[in-house]
Amino acid sequence: MTSDPASSTARSGLRRDGEALAAPLPPLLADAEHLASTMLLGDHGRRRPGMGEEFWQYRPAMANDEARLIDWRRSARSDMLYVREKEWQAAQSVVLWVDGSQSMGFTSGKYPPKGDRARMLAMAIAILLLRGGERVGLTGQAVPPRRGDIQLLRIADGLLGADDAGADFGAPDVRGILPKSRALFISDFMGPLVEVEAALTEAADLGVRGALLQVLDPAEEAFPYDGRTVFESMGGGLRHETLEAGGLRDRYLDRLADRKARLSELARITGWQMLTHHTGDSAQSALLWLYGALERRR
Amino acid sequence: MLVLGPIAFAAPWVLTALAVLPVLWLILRAVPPAPRRRRFPGVMLLLGLRDDETQSDRTPWWLLLLRMLAVAAVILAFAGPILNPRTAAEPGRGPLLILLDGTWADARDWAARIDRVEAALGEASRTARPVSIAVTTDLPAGGAEFQAADAWRSRLASLAPAPWAADPDTLAGWTRAQPDGFDTLWLSDGLAREGRDDALAALQDKGRVRIFESPRAVLALRPPVYLDGLIEITALRARESGALQVPVAAMGLDPTGAERMLAQTEASFAPGARQAELSLSLPAELRNRITRFEITGGRSAGAVSLTDDALRRREIALIAGREDREGLQLLSPLHYLEQALEPNADLIDGDIADILQANPDVIVLADVARLTGAETEDIADWIDRGGLLLRFAGPRLAAADLTDDAAAVLLPVRLRAGGRTVGGAMSWGEPKALRPFPETSPFYGLDIPAEVTVTSQVLAQPDPDLPERVIAALADGTPLVTRQRLGAGQIVLFHVTANAEWSTLPLSGLFVQMLERLSVAARVGTETAEDLAGTTWQAVEHLDAFGVLAPAGMSEGLDGSTLLASSVGPALPPGLYASEDQRRAVNVIGAETELAPMVWPAGVPVEGLEVARETRLAGPLLVLALGLMVADVVASLLLSGLLGLRRTGTAMVLLAGLLLSGPGPLHAQDADLLPVDEAAAIQAISEVVLAHVITGNPAVDDTARAGLHGLSRTLFARTSVEPGPPVAVDLETDELAFFPVLYWPVTPDQPRPSSEAYARLNRYLRGGGMILFDTRDADLAAMGSETANTRKLQDLARPLDIPPLEPVPEDHVLTRTFYLLQDFPGRHARGPLWVEAAPPDAERVEGMPFRNLNDGVTPVVIGSNDWAAAWAMDGQGRPMFPVGRGYAGERQREMAYRFGINLVMHVLTGNYKSDQVHVPALLDRLGQ
Repeated sequence: MTSDPASSTARSGLRRDGEALAAPLPPLLADAEHLASTMLLGDHGRRRPGMGEEFWQYRPAMANDEARLIDWRRSARSDMLYVREKEWQAAQSVVLWVDGSQSMGFTSGKYPPKGDRARMLAMAIAILLLRGGERVGLTGQAVPPRRGDIQLLRIADGLLGADDAGADFGAPDVRGILPKSRALFISDFMGPLVEVEAALTEAADLGVRGALLQVLDPAEEAFPYDGRTVFESMGGGLRHETLEAGGLRDRYLDRLADRKARLSELARITGWQMLTHHTGDSAQSALLWLYGALERRR
Repeated sequence: MLVLGPIAFAAPWVLTALAVLPVLWLILRAVPPAPRRRRFPGVMLLLGLRDDETQSDRTPWWLLLLRMLAVAAVILAFAGPILNPRTAAEPGRGPLLILLDGTWADARDWAARIDRVEAALGEASRTARPVSIAVTTDLPAGGAEFQAADAWRSRLASLAPAPWAADPDTLAGWTRAQPDGFDTLWLSDGLAREGRDDALAALQDKGRVRIFESPRAVLALRPPVYLDGLIEITALRARESGALQVPVAAMGLDPTGAERMLAQTEASFAPGARQAELSLSLPAELRNRITRFEITGGRSAGAVSLTDDALRRREIALIAGREDREGLQLLSPLHYLEQALEPNADLIDGDIADILQANPDVIVLADVARLTGAETEDIADWIDRGGLLLRFAGPRLAAADLTDDAAAVLLPVRLRAGGRTVGGAMSWGEPKALRPFPETSPFYGLDIPAEVTVTSQVLAQPDPDLPERVIAALADGTPLVTRQRLGAGQIVLFHVTANAEWSTLPLSGLFVQMLERLSVAARVGTETAEDLAGTTWQAVEHLDAFGVLAPAGMSEGLDGSTLLASSVGPALPPGLYASEDQRRAVNVIGAETELAPMVWPAGVPVEGLEVARETRLAGPLLVLALGLMVADVVASLLLSGLLGLRRTGTAMVLLAGLLLSGPGPLHAQDADLLPVDEAAAIQAISEVVLAHVITGNPAVDDTARAGLHGLSRTLFARTSVEPGPPVAVDLETDELAFFPVLYWPVTPDQPRPSSEAYARLNRYLRGGGMILFDTRDADLAAMGSETANTRKLQDLARPLDIPPLEPVPEDHVLTRTFYLLQDFPGRHARGPLWVEAAPPDAERVEGMPFRNLNDGVTPVVIGSNDWAAAWAMDGQGRPMFPVGRGYAGERQREMAYRFGINLVMHVLTGNYKSDQVHVPALLDRLGQ
């Protein structure tokens, strides 16, 4: 953790915004489908019978219950046989990746930069997950998944420090993802798709499922430009000159739609979910979708 | 200098720069607009996209054209273009006489004439011709003096037109007396005048004559004539040209004494007409203020017509013989007279001594039989000085003993004594109609409607003078209207009443027409020269040729006959003349003046007045270039996409605003009106709203508000009155008219309202408002002791227009407007309640439970029971202050609410419950 005051105010601001955004939602219990192979028992009860240490309930013994499961002390107090059940205690690991490249710094003026929105959503979902008792971390080695409030500070630091400055576009980082865990990638996915494809394939190979959240500025969807224009990427690495920007609009929009379709397709193949979110819309709706995408299904 | 038609260039070589334009065209066309750099993350998606071939990378042709025009305008501007370069020269040589008419008709474009003279002087100085200048209305006594043209330049400024025309004989004589051998340049005003031909012939003998005339129309106004309630104005013009609209303004003093336009209208000349008539209907009050009519922008004495006493309103005093009884308006002896005279005259009433001080034009005595000796003398004096005494008969006059001379002196005929009224004595079978008016009568020519009949009249004694004094008679020959001249004035007697009791005459239009005839006869302004002979008139204001009035200063008086007889000239300058309190206007244009254009003999060259002026075009061209460049900037921004379409609209509007903006009209606040908060006003008048006066004491104000809140809730619950939330009223700033009732708690320390506030309070009371004064001290004020609150109340109420009061009688309508009440408790129970006193003659009819008391609503209710405290409720509807003790106290509070309800009902329904119609129902209820 850094003691740089600017960084600490930014961190508290990010946490405050994330808390505010997450406030209306109940704690999020991430979907843990392949529990048996996942790992790490947590001390957070999942409000249902299962593997764990805490008492959950007595239930009448069924015919298929083994005899050793019967709780004789309880059964002796009545005429029926009872089975003592423990609460299912398990924690899921969720890793987040937020694109920190320069491309995310874009804003068309009226709205906050895409990066801000992305970090705030990541923080909000991290808060919800941590409240639910899950382990949350960032991809890479810096912030591995852990529990507890202190982890929030680490995540906030990690999100703010992750600016891979210089790079025009970011690519998902799959290092540090535990097998069979959950992942969330937030980016504008404006860079080369090959890298995204590679990352997703690798994640799928590990049995990791998750969600892709594409954050775009409304200007990127509308392309409201006209006249002779030189377009440059945020880092200046790419440039394209046109004499009549308005004439490119339709073809640009076609390509954008293609890219979104390709991302959706990728997500579908690998069992992920994908949403495009615009900074002009409410962050709440994106958070709600994320909540749904990561929530445990009964 | 290069001359091309009407345009010349001061620096023609600059025009060669125009050759560069095609080159510039090619260069500009080759250069596309500068690109704009833009950061955009989606650039990866754009890579490889090619521009459509159809998208032009070149500047569009119209933008190029715009720029070319801008450059061309700049080049042309620097070449120094001049419109109408002055090159022509004045023909002729030898001495030159410049003769100006110098009449009022010249005044409108006098400056142009002087310019023309200056131009002629310039040419004469170039050709070294000696010049003389003469004005026909002010001819140099020693003959024309020929001098170097430059010597005249400095004297041009002292030339001025006169508001009259030259005397024809003088002009012809002067021209003939000049030595031979000069050319003449005659700047004529274009009007046909006597003696012109003689003067022209004389001048043509001396040398060549050129005439210059202004092509502008000469306009004039004849004096306005007041006819049948309308002001008839005739506008004149010299030439019969096409249709022309001329604005005519009536100028006068407004009530603050500043001169301003009181009315404006337009005179429309039909094509080919030289006269345009218009009539103006003005309220008499405005008409009285008019000092002159003028053609707006006419700028000449002929376009101004001064008004005098002819347009003034008459003052008429009305005196009736008997006191009006209330409510019998249609029987009032003066009602029909007031109706007939009010539109055209100022009516005065009062007693005779006061009225004579005001020196009215007419005094009307309706059925007045008795006048004291002194009054008779004074009135006779007044008639002698020109007053018109108009008398009407009636029961009193008929019954009076008029045999003695003193009483008869103010009657045109001797009336038959002994109280004879014709109706009884003559036993007419049927009412009599009027005989047609004889030619000697002032009423001659009026149509007599068939429905005018007379049922009673007073009769005249047969007398040798009688026939000549009768100016209207009945069909049987008995006099209806008689007249006698007395000194400068006259006495007129109508032998019937001024109301409809004796005849239907006052009901008919004939009555008004007869009054008009009589009053017109008394109006000033129709005298002949003989009437005015011997009077001396002093000029008050003079009118100069430009139509501007200036104080006349000291000048010798003129005889009245001169005023009417002679025409305007140096001896009688136009203006306003006064004698005693009469005023008479002398106008340049008389009632019969005609304007006609001067027709010059063929062979005399007549030219237009204006000299083509040099106009430098460089400025407008540069402005044009600048405008084109601004348009270019906007268009370029538009093309390069730097302006979104919506923003372009905004920018255009801004630009247009910048170009067109001037100081906008400031909204003057009307000082007379209180600034009313509209929302509050709408809220206050969309419901019944109770209001209380702000006393400045927060505790009292809060209690009053809570009390009215409680009363409003009670009203809402029990009656069909559903008041809105109560309102606190500041007497100084708030409009009172919205509130039917004002609750005014009295505190010893509240400030006294300003006099304006009192004026509005009085208006409120007169307009049917009610104020409930509450001194809130019935506990202290018992036993009749005077408290601080009572003294304050007396102080507060003194300037109010409050009728006599009395303690509320037990049959007052307040006791039964909603609930039947005997007493009116508030937090205190025993304080008395004062309301407007019943009329002294109100008596209880036998068998009726109450008297028929005042009409209307008592304007004030005064008490000391602290009602607001008894009514006060908090937000939950719980009473805020204890009243009395136990159940009896709650009963008292209930009675207080009932009083409040009765009070509001009384205000809203007036004397409805006073109506005897309700007696049976009320008796029934009282009986239970």
